[in-house]
Amino acid sequence: MFCCGVLGVVVRRNAIVIFMSIELMLNAVNLSLVAFSSFLGDSTGQMLVFFVMVVAAAEAAIGLAIIIALFRNKQTVYVDEINILKW
Amino acid sequence: MDSFSTSELLATSPILMLSLFSLIAMLANALLKNSAKAVFGVSVVGIIASVICSIYTFDEPSLPQTAFSDMLLIGGYASFFSVLFLMIALFSICIAKPYLEKEQYHFGEYYVLILIATIGMLVLGSAADLISIFLGIEIMSVSFYVLAGYYRSKNSSSESALKYFLLGAFATGFLLYGIALIYGTTGTTNLLRIVTMYPQVFFDPLHLIGWGLILIGFAFKVAAVPFHMWVPDVYEGAPTSVTAFMSTGGKAAAFASFIITFSVPMSMHDERLTMVLAVLAAGSMIIGNWFGLSQTNLKRMLAYSSIAHAGYMIIGIASGLPLGQQGIAFYLVAYALTNLGAFGIISMLEGENGSNVNYEYYAGLGKRKPGLAALLAMFMFSLTGIPPFAGFIGKYYLFASAVQSKLTWLAILGVITSLFSTYYYLRVIVFMYFREAMDNTEIVLPRLAFVTVILCGIGIVLFGVFPSLIFDLMKSIF
Repeated sequence: MFCCGVLGVVVRRNAIVIFMSIELMLNAVNLSLVAFSSFLGDSTGQMLVFFVMVVAAAEAAIGLAIIIALFRNKQTVYVDEINILKW
Repeated sequence: MDSFSTSELLATSPILMLSLFSLIAMLANALLKNSAKAVFGVSVVGIIASVICSIYTFDEPSLPQTAFSDMLLIGGYASFFSVLFLMIALFSICIAKPYLEKEQYHFGEYYVLILIATIGMLVLGSAADLISIFLGIEIMSVSFYVLAGYYRSKNSSSESALKYFLLGAFATGFLLYGIALIYGTTGTTNLLRIVTMYPQVFFDPLHLIGWGLILIGFAFKVAAVPFHMWVPDVYEGAPTSVTAFMSTGGKAAAFASFIITFSVPMSMHDERLTMVLAVLAAGSMIIGNWFGLSQTNLKRMLAYSSIAHAGYMIIGIASGLPLGQQGIAFYLVAYALTNLGAFGIISMLEGENGSNVNYEYYAGLGKRKPGLAALLAMFMFSLTGIPPFAGFIGKYYLFASAVQSKLTWLAILGVITSLFSTYYYLRVIVFMYFREAMDNTEIVLPRLAFVTVILCGIGIVLFGVFPSLIFDLMKSIF
């Protein structure tokens, strides 16, 4: 699942899909944290999952806001067309 | 689990104080008309209050060593970096106020975001647990994403915000997966307890992969090659005052945590890890300085220089010696003062829509504004590492730590790449003093920003001539 997310970020060109892939990576982390946590019989991992979820939600809000701000200026969400800043 | 005590609250007072003032600033922003000036005032008061708290916690024997079940370190190291971050925040908002007024983008939200980012830095600088490191990084970065896109109607600003956000969130994913793997192999996220598990778990491949992923996360935040792609674009596109804050505060916070975190795996003196760090350092120095040579935009040049400086500082971590760590801390102080000054000058001279940031505009500045030109020249000399400025002492200690830990090749590479960097730093000076000015319109300097820049200049000379002012402090904390 983590690898799927990484692959998604690298391959896809739509900013929103890239963003979804990043969320996929975070959820992969959550899943493995919960798995480790139940394997070790220790609750720290589950606590960390809550933090990750909160941060992911905050990040989603900020990220979508940034994408909307950019869309208002440029009318595109394709990262290949977002290229004023180069060299 | 024991519940927290009053002494813990007192010990974390710098963070709590700043959080309180950022809430006050947010309320003031919502309730008052014409609020930007009021919020600026509240922020300055909040930062100064937090500085006082940090100085109080620096060497107070009644306080515990750690707070909240070993989540945060208290005193010494944490307080030293807290004061550094808070001073960076203070200087950067003093530079930002006249700049944003000039650009007609002067809103209270800016200061609130700066305060929140600074809270993230304080958490990061005192974090002793992978959870608090993660939270600190995120509090800081999320505010930076917004700040980078602060000019919301400008293409370049929102583009840089998007790039920063996507790559930053991507790097966070790696950092988190690394944390998950380390938790899985050791059963704890606390750095102090992970060390006690060594050497049994260290050679577990999953554990090593975990450290590798965390390294990727940190390398991204400190802008080291090959995770540096975002730096030039973001530094150029973001508002100059934000770049000033991001390039100094963000880097300093990431390094403060980088030092603590990697002192854990470095305690095993593993050859491979040293080698990986050395290659990161070497790559950053070479690529940063090489691409710096061909830049025509001053902000972009400083972005590449920031990559190169990340390389110099990673030398200190690769050496694994207290000398290297002290070197990094000193270098961060010097770098922060220098870059705040340089970006402060750029922000004062910047025209409409990000114009006037090319080398050509600086032609003849030596005649038009001799004081400003002399200061900029000082900052460039300090970045190059020419005595008597602070940048030289920092570089000296870092290279010395490399030689002591038998990484002599790295020190030699550092010296050679610094020689390359001389070209593009001194080119600014050549433009200022040896080229004729193209336009002679009067430059009006805002007083607040000018005074701040002068303070930065005094700082680098002071710490360059008397480095013991900082080193005596650091002997007690490392």
